[in-house]
Order: sequence, then C-alpha cells, then structure tokens
Amino acid sequence: MHISRIAPPAARDLTAVVLAGGAVLLLAAMAAGVLLGPARISPGGLGAVLADWLGLAPLPPEFRRDAAVLGVIRLPRVLMAALVGAGLGAAGAAMQGLFRNSLADPGLIGVSAGAALAAVAAIVFGATVFGVAAGALGLWMLPLAAFLGGLGATLLMARLGSIGGVTGVATLLLAGVAVNALAGALTGLLIFTADDRQVRDITFWTLGSLAGSRWEQVPVVAVLIGLPTLGLIALARPLDALLLGEAEAFHLGHRVEALKHLAVTLAAIAVAAGVAFTGLIGFVGLVVPHLLRLGFGSGHRLVLPGSALLGGALLVLADLAARSLAAPAELPVGVVTALLGAPFFLWLLRRKAAA
Amino acid sequence: MIAGQGLGLRAGGRALLTDVSLELRPGEVLVLAGPNGAGKSSLLKILAGETKPGAGTASLEGRSLSAWHPRALARRRAVLGQHVGVAFPMQARAVVALGRLPWHGEPAQTARDQDAIAAALAEADVAHLAGRDHATLSGGERQRVHLARALAQLDGAAMPAALLLDEPTASLDAGHRASLLRLLKRLARRGLAVLVVLHDLQEAAFVADRVALLEKGRLIACGPPEQALHPALLQRVYGLPFRHLPGLGPIPMLGAEGALTPG
Repeated sequence: MHISRIAPPAARDLTAVVLAGGAVLLLAAMAAGVLLGPARISPGGLGAVLADWLGLAPLPPEFRRDAAVLGVIRLPRVLMAALVGAGLGAAGAAMQGLFRNSLADPGLIGVSAGAALAAVAAIVFGATVFGVAAGALGLWMLPLAAFLGGLGATLLMARLGSIGGVTGVATLLLAGVAVNALAGALTGLLIFTADDRQVRDITFWTLGSLAGSRWEQVPVVAVLIGLPTLGLIALARPLDALLLGEAEAFHLGHRVEALKHLAVTLAAIAVAAGVAFTGLIGFVGLVVPHLLRLGFGSGHRLVLPGSALLGGALLVLADLAARSLAAPAELPVGVVTALLGAPFFLWLLRRKAAA
Repeated sequence: MIAGQGLGLRAGGRALLTDVSLELRPGEVLVLAGPNGAGKSSLLKILAGETKPGAGTASLEGRSLSAWHPRALARRRAVLGQHVGVAFPMQARAVVALGRLPWHGEPAQTARDQDAIAAALAEADVAHLAGRDHATLSGGERQRVHLARALAQLDGAAMPAALLLDEPTASLDAGHRASLLRLLKRLARRGLAVLVVLHDLQEAAFVADRVALLEKGRLIACGPPEQALHPALLQRVYGLPFRHLPGLGPIPMLGAEGALTPG
C-alpha cells in the first residue's frame, strides 16, 4: 500500500501515454494530409513554401502553384477534417457513455437526420423560396440551415424524451429513433419533389465531403466544434459515475438531469457544426471510442480526449484516401469511413454476441 | 442523522408509503424488513435523496436532502443498490475507484484515494479480484465489489456518515453473508449509521440494533429486534407462524399446519 505513494498510479501513466500517442498520431496524419495527394509537391517546392511561410525567404515564382495547393487547398481541408473528426469522436464517446451503450452513435440524438433534412430543404427550396436570403448568405446558407436543423432536431428529441421533467435514457433513445424516422421521411418527401440536379447535390451532400473546405470556415468550425469538445472532455468524471447507472451517479454526487442535458447539447453542437460543412460522415463517432475502450479501458478521462485526437486523425487519413484512391476524381469521405467502419461494426457485434 | 418525517409516496395511483417517520442514528444498524412490496426500497431511495417524497420531509442533520448539493451528500452517505451493473468492460479495481469520485478535486487519484481503495477492497474481501473484469465476476463477487465501492466512498467522510444497503446479502453465499453482516456491525461500532434492507429475519435479528417493520407502505413497528420481530407480529405481517429461538431469532414454521395459507 505504501508503494502506491511512491509509484504514480499506472492508470495515470497510461492515460498520459495514450493521449500523447494520440496527439502524435493526429499531427502525423495532418502532416501527411498536407503533403500527400494527387497534386505532387516536390521536396524543393515544399522547402520553398515552408521558407516563405516562416518568413525566411520569398517564394520563387515557379513554386506559386505548390504554395497554392498547400496553403489554399490542403491546409484548410486538413484542419477542417481534424476538427470535424475530433468533434465526432468526442461526441460519440460522450453519447456512448450517456446511453451506457457501446453501439450508440452521435446520430442517435437526431442531430444528423435533422441537419440532413434542413440541408436538403436548403438545396431544394434554396433558390426559389429563400431567394433573397440565399443571395445574402451565399455559400453559408447550406451550413447554416444544416446546423440549425441539427440542433432543432436534438432539441425536439430532448423535449419528447423528457416526461415530467425526468429524462429517461431509454425514452430519450426511443425519441431519437422517432425523430430520426420523421426527419428521414420528410427528407424523402423533399427528394421526391427535387429535380435531377438537386438529387445529385443531395446525394453528394449526404455522402459527406471535405472538398468544399475553405479558410473562412476554419475559425467558425474551430469555435463551434472546439469549445463543445473541450466541454465534453470536462464531463469525464460525471460520465465515469454514469457507467454505474443514473441512480448511482447521483449517489456519487452528480446532478444527473443537468449532466444529460449538457452532454446532449454539447454533442449536438459539435456534430451539427461538422455535418453543416462536410455533410454526413458516419462511423467515426462509433468506431473511435470503441477502439480506445477495447485497448485501454472505459475511463472517460482517457476515452473522451483520446476519441477527439483519434477521431481527428482518422478523418484526416480517410479524407486523404478519399482524394487519392480514385484521383483525379474524389470519393465521398463518408463512403471511405463507412467502408472502414461497417466491417468493424459487424465484427464488434459478433464479438459481443460471442462473449 | 438521516430522518424521515411523515413520508408518503404514490406511484401509478397506488400508495407505496404512507406517513412513515423514522430516524437513522449514528452508530446503529437499522434493518428495514417487511414482505415484498411493503415499500422498503422506496423508503431507502427517499432516505438516500434519490427519490423526492410525495409527502413529508427527509433530512440529513436537520437539512432537507433536496437542499444538499449532491456532491456534499455523496461525502456523507453511500448507497449500495440492488443489481448494479457497469456499462462497459471495467476492472473491479476501477469500479471501486469510482467510489472516490466525490472526493478528488483534480482528475487523478491521490495517495489518499489509493489507500482508501486498497482498504475497501480488503474489507469487502475482493482484493484478489481487483484485476478481474467486472463483467466476468459472479453475482456475489460483483455485489462485494460494489460494497467495496461504497466503503471507498465513505473513507475519510466527516462523521456521522451513513451507509444505505438494499438487500446486500441477496446473492451472497452463507460465508460471505455472515462476513458482510459482521462488517456492518463493525462499521456501526466505528460510528457509521447503517440502514439495510434484509429479507432474512434471522439475519435481521443478528445484525440489527433496531428493526423497522413495514407492511403495505406503513411502518407498523420500529424498535429492538425482540420487539419488532415478535412472532405474533410477524405472523400477522407474513401470514405464517414464526417461533423465536434464542440466539437464532425468528424462524418461520414452514411445516406448520396452514402455514402457507395467509390468515
């Protein structure tokens, strides 16, 4: 027992090591994401661009194309991928903890379906009904609609799932299923009325892509995803208590109702902001927390920040694959994550069934 | 220290508890006994602060339980519920460590927490299970791991503190039942207030300083075991003759004539 006074607890070491590893992985993935891709950057070009960015030497004119590819196209895209992936990972980990179910996904709280409905509405009606607004908002209209739609659906779900001021997790889950079905049906109705070009836009939006990433989106997403992600990480202790159940979390000193509302709200903001700019990207929020739990246990002090780091790294790499595999064409990134995620999910189910 | 005054609770148009008043005192083991559906668990949940009473007040040291911050409450009372599960695979030791959540301000465990966890593991006789995955433990082993969690939670609590247990012996073997009951007595001697729901009346007679006997949501007796577990009273409540055996407590007469027909 006295040895424990001298040796730091193993769990603390493990958390620090895993998180440091996750950070290195994220940085490595981002570096790869910036440097690699269909447009080849020569080492000389890279050196020249870096020297220019660091203010060491002015950019020689023959490397202008390289500078544009790196700075204008790839860097914002990689940053967006890292942020969106981090939000999806942290939100997934928090929702799995909240619902006490390792198969929970951020989509469960209605945010993706609501965002999709609003985005499809924006695509179908954008030019006609919202003509004036669309003109003023320009490229921001679709993300704004999707963000508000996602938050609205989650709000509706939380309202429906709460009876007499008490939000039962099972009721919340069922309300989520109902809201998802409703949003899905309304989306179907809209698609039914859409013309061919709109259907094509809708299809690509729902498959998810980071191709539209631009610098001016980065600070917006950094705030809308970064802050809720940090907020979710701060909920590690109450979510740990919730591993035992709601009554037990209260016995251990936590206000469970407030915790549920806070976790759902933060997750909804983080996911809605991601969906708004990149469309539907599945499986990151499901797979990443799971991998961490399998490898390093269920403590949220590790799983929450770890899922943010690993989620970011995974989406950066998935996006790299999406734009490299079929170059010069681009695969939708949601297709890549689902191609990786679906087999993993099936393996998980079978493993669970066998256990 | 924890007191209920005129407690009432209704659910689905049915009265679960009616006008129950009782006080849990420091240094005693108070047993809640009574037939299925008598309101024992509901009463325990109200006294834990988990359920708000429909009528009356429940208080800790004179202050309504709902006025206590959950964290402050968690530093004064621990609860061992029935059938506690863990959502994800977790080492038994990590489950016990959750009992320290109300205590550390910073995320990592301190040496103090480590000591409390080790002591609780030993006291609940689960030190040898510390490295096992909670999901692979038997029902009785899990029960003891959660007991250790509750003990770890109260380590270092300002006295008086309370431990509330709902049928803690339910899935334990005879040996571990006996050691749990002896542990409850030891804890009470150290000044802890122990409230425990028990079905086995011999266990109740063995461990209790006082017994509160509930029937259909009403408190019909509260006092030393020889009073509250009087055979005549038990026969009325359970519809079954009992005999009191010295040193063993009330024994249900399963073979007695008419024993299995109430009245």
